Amino acid sequence: MLKALIRPLLAGAMLMSAAGFAAAETTYIRGNDGDPETLDQHKTSLVAEAHLMRDLYEGLVVYDNKAKIIPGVAEAWSVSDDGTVYTFNLRGDAKWSNGDPVVAEDFVFSLQRIMTPETGAKYANILYPIKNAEAINKGEMKPEELGAKAVDDKTLEITLAQPTPYFLELLTHQSGLPVNPGAVKAHGSDFVKPENIVTNGAYKLVSFTPGDKIVMEKNENFHDAANVKIDRIEFVPFEDRATCVRRFEAGEVQSCSDLPTEQIKSMKERLGDQVRITPYLGTYYYALNQEKESLQDPRVRQALSMVIDRQFLGDEIWAGAMLPAYSLVPPGIGNYEGGGAQAEWADTSLIDREDKAIELMKEAGYGPDKPLKLELSYNNSENHKNTATAIADMWKAIGVDVQFNVRDLSAHYSNLRDTSDYEVARAGWIGDYSDPQNFLFLVESDNTGFNYAKYKNPDYDALMDKAAAETDLVKRADILREAEALFMKDVPFVPLLFYSSLSLVSPKLVGWEDNIQNVHGTRFMSISE
Amino acid sequence: MLGYAVRRLLGAIPTLFLVITFSFFLMRVAPGGPFDRERTLEAKVLENLNRVFHLDRPIWEQYFYYLGNLARGDLGPSFIYRDFSVQQLLGNGLPVSIQLGGTALLIALLIGSLLGTIAALRQNSWVDYSVIATATFGITVPNFVVAPLLSLIFGVWLSLLPAGGWNSPGSMVLPVVTLALPQIAIIARLIRGSTIEALRSDHVRTARAYGLPTRMVVVVHALRAACLPVISYLGPAAAALLTGSVVVETIFGLPGIGRYFVQGALNRDYTLVMGTVIIIAVFVVVFNLIVDLLYAALDPRVRYD
Repeated sequence: MLKALIRPLLAGAMLMSAAGFAAAETTYIRGNDGDPETLDQHKTSLVAEAHLMRDLYEGLVVYDNKAKIIPGVAEAWSVSDDGTVYTFNLRGDAKWSNGDPVVAEDFVFSLQRIMTPETGAKYANILYPIKNAEAINKGEMKPEELGAKAVDDKTLEITLAQPTPYFLELLTHQSGLPVNPGAVKAHGSDFVKPENIVTNGAYKLVSFTPGDKIVMEKNENFHDAANVKIDRIEFVPFEDRATCVRRFEAGEVQSCSDLPTEQIKSMKERLGDQVRITPYLGTYYYALNQEKESLQDPRVRQALSMVIDRQFLGDEIWAGAMLPAYSLVPPGIGNYEGGGAQAEWADTSLIDREDKAIELMKEAGYGPDKPLKLELSYNNSENHKNTATAIADMWKAIGVDVQFNVRDLSAHYSNLRDTSDYEVARAGWIGDYSDPQNFLFLVESDNTGFNYAKYKNPDYDALMDKAAAETDLVKRADILREAEALFMKDVPFVPLLFYSSLSLVSPKLVGWEDNIQNVHGTRFMSISE
Repeated sequence: MLGYAVRRLLGAIPTLFLVITFSFFLMRVAPGGPFDRERTLEAKVLENLNRVFHLDRPIWEQYFYYLGNLARGDLGPSFIYRDFSVQQLLGNGLPVSIQLGGTALLIALLIGSLLGTIAALRQNSWVDYSVIATATFGITVPNFVVAPLLSLIFGVWLSLLPAGGWNSPGSMVLPVVTLALPQIAIIARLIRGSTIEALRSDHVRTARAYGLPTRMVVVVHALRAACLPVISYLGPAAAALLTGSVVVETIFGLPGIGRYFVQGALNRDYTLVMGTVIIIAVFVVVFNLIVDLLYAALDPRVRYD
C-alpha cells in the first residue's frame, strides 16, 4: 500500500523536475468541452473533437483564425462551369508526420473510408453531395465508385452529384480530413493510438489519457512549421464548466471552451474582456408537432411564437449568453447576402403582440373558458427547465395550459426521432457549415431525421429544390429567403434564441480571434510572457 | 478460516451473475440508446452504427454475447469512447481512484479514531462537544460544496495548491481532504460511541481493577472492542471510496472511474456501465469478506469453521 502511494508521488516529482528543465518550450494548456469520443476523424461528431482535429490534421481547405477559408493541403482549386467538378492542386511540400508526402490518393482513400458503411461514421451524410456518396454509405454501391479520383499525386478531382455552392465550407468540417492510409491499413481502428497515429496537421499526438489530458507536440514535418509558435498543447477536458473557470483564474489553463451561464455576470465583473461571448451558428427552438391536432392550426402556432418575450429569455434566463431569435437562420451566416427573413411581428411591441396572439387564439377557438392544453417536452438541464417554465408562464396569458415532460438527453432525442409522441419539443441546431441551407433543410418533408415538426409543405420543398439547382449565389439567397419567410409564416418550429460561443481567453494568448464558427486553430496563436 | 474465505468467494459468483444480469437488462429498459444525442443521426448512419456494435441483434443474443466475452475476461468496447475498450478505460482510471480513495480512507481512519477516542475519554467536556459539533458539520456539508470551496480558497485565492487537474503530487491534496472529511466525521462518531460503551464493559472494568495503566486499558482492551462497528462500516465505505467519487472527480477534473458510472448511464454506454458495476460489485464482495475475517481476528466470540 505504502509503495503504491509513494511511487506516483516520486513519478510526479520527477515529471515536475523534467518540466522545469524544458522551460524554454511554450505550452498551451487549453480547456476543452470534454473528452473526445474518438480521435478517428471519420467517426467524430462533437465540437470538442473538432478542436482537436483542427490541430492534428489539415484538410484540402482550412479555416484561419477568423473562420475565413484559406488553402490547406490544396494550394489552388478550380470549379467546372456547371459547378459539379472540383479540381484541387495539392501543395508540393505537404507531408505526413512520418515524413511521407501527402498525395491525392490519400484523400481518395479517406473519402471512400468515411462512406464505407462498416466505418460507422456519424457524419458521413455531410459529404453526400459527392457523386454516389449516399448510395455507397447505404451499401448500394462500392466505395470505388465514389466521385473522387487522383489524377496524379498532386491533383485531386472531386465530382458532385449536383452543384453545391457551399462545398468548400463542407470540406472544412472534420469529416473531410484525410487519414493516413498506411496507418489505417497497418493498425485498423487502433491507428488513433499515439504510437500508431500519423497526422498531417500542425501538431502530432503524444498521449491521450481519458479524463486527464490530450498532449500534442509540434509536427516538424508540417509545411508551415516555421510559423507555428506554440510547441506543445495540453487539451484538458472539463465536464464541469466551473472547474475550468477556477483553473483559469488560478493561472492553470489559458483558455476555456465553454462557461457556466449562471456565473457569467460575476465573471464579467471579475475578468472583464477575458470573457468572450460571440454569436454562434446555432438556434435554440421549440418544434411544434403538426401531427397533433392541437397544433395543426397555423393561427395557434403563430400565437404561440408571437407571445414569447425572447429578450427576457436571453437576458435573464441565459444571462446574456443567448440572443433573441426572430428567424431560424442565425445572422452572420455565409451565402445569405441581405440576411434572413424575420417574423413579421419582430419589431412590434410585446403588448401589441400579446393582444394579437389572444385574438388569433380566439379565432382558433381557444380562450379563458377553453384553454389549449399542451405538453412540452425537454431534456433535463437547469437552463432548459427555466426556459420552459418562463415560456409556460408567457403562454398562460393567451390561455395555454402547459404540462412538462422531462427526460434525459438520450431518452428525449430518441423519442423525437423514433416516435410522434410529443406536442411541443425543445431542440437545438448547431450549423455544420456556414450556409442557410444547413438550417432550412431541417423541415423539408423528406427529412425524417430532423423534421421534428413533421412539417409537410410542397411549396417549401419546391423552393428548397429550386435553391439547390441555382448556382448564382445572390439568386439562391433570394430563394432561400423566400423559403424562410414561408417557414416564419407556417411556424413548424418556434425559433427562440441564437446560441453564442462562450470562452475565457487569457491576455497572454495572442491570436485568438472571436468568430461565428468558434474555430481557433492553435497554429495561428502564440503565448506571450 | 481459509476454507471459509474460499467458500465465500465461490458463493460470490452467483451474486455477481445476478448483479450482471439485472444491470444488463435494466440498462436496456431505459429509453434511448448510445447514439441518441443532441444531433440525431441519419437513419442509415444509425443502422450502420447499430450493426457495428451488434445492437441490431435481439436482446437475448446480445446478453449471451456479452456473457461469452465476459467469461473470456473481455468487458467489450465502450459505445461512446470508441478508441478504448472498457478494460482500458477502467485500467487507466482505477489506479487513480484507488490512490485517492485509499489515501483518504487511511487519513480518515487515523484522524477519525484519534478524535473519537479523545472525545470518548473526555466525555461531556468541551473537547467532546467540539469533536461532535465538527463531526456533525463534516457529515452534513456535502462534498459538492466542500470541493469547489477548497479549490477556490487554496487554488485560486491563496495559490497554495493546484485548483484542479492531475499533474503533480499536490493535485492529490484537496481531493483527498474532500473525500476524507465526511469519513473522519463518521468514524469519529462511531469510535466515540463504541469506546464509551467499551469503557463501561466488564472486561475493561476487570482490566482496570487489575491495576493496568490507563493507556494500556484503552489501547489494548477498550479500542479493540470499540473498533468493531467501524470495521463493519468500513466494508461498504471502502468499496465506495476506492471506486471513485463522481462529484470529486468532476469538480477537480480527475481521471478516476467515478465519473464513468454516472456519465456512462446518461450516455447509455452499456458496456462501460456494466464494467463499472462489476468492479463495484467485486469490491463490495471482497471488502465484506475482509470485514468478516477481521471480525474473527478481533472478536474472540466470532469463529468460522
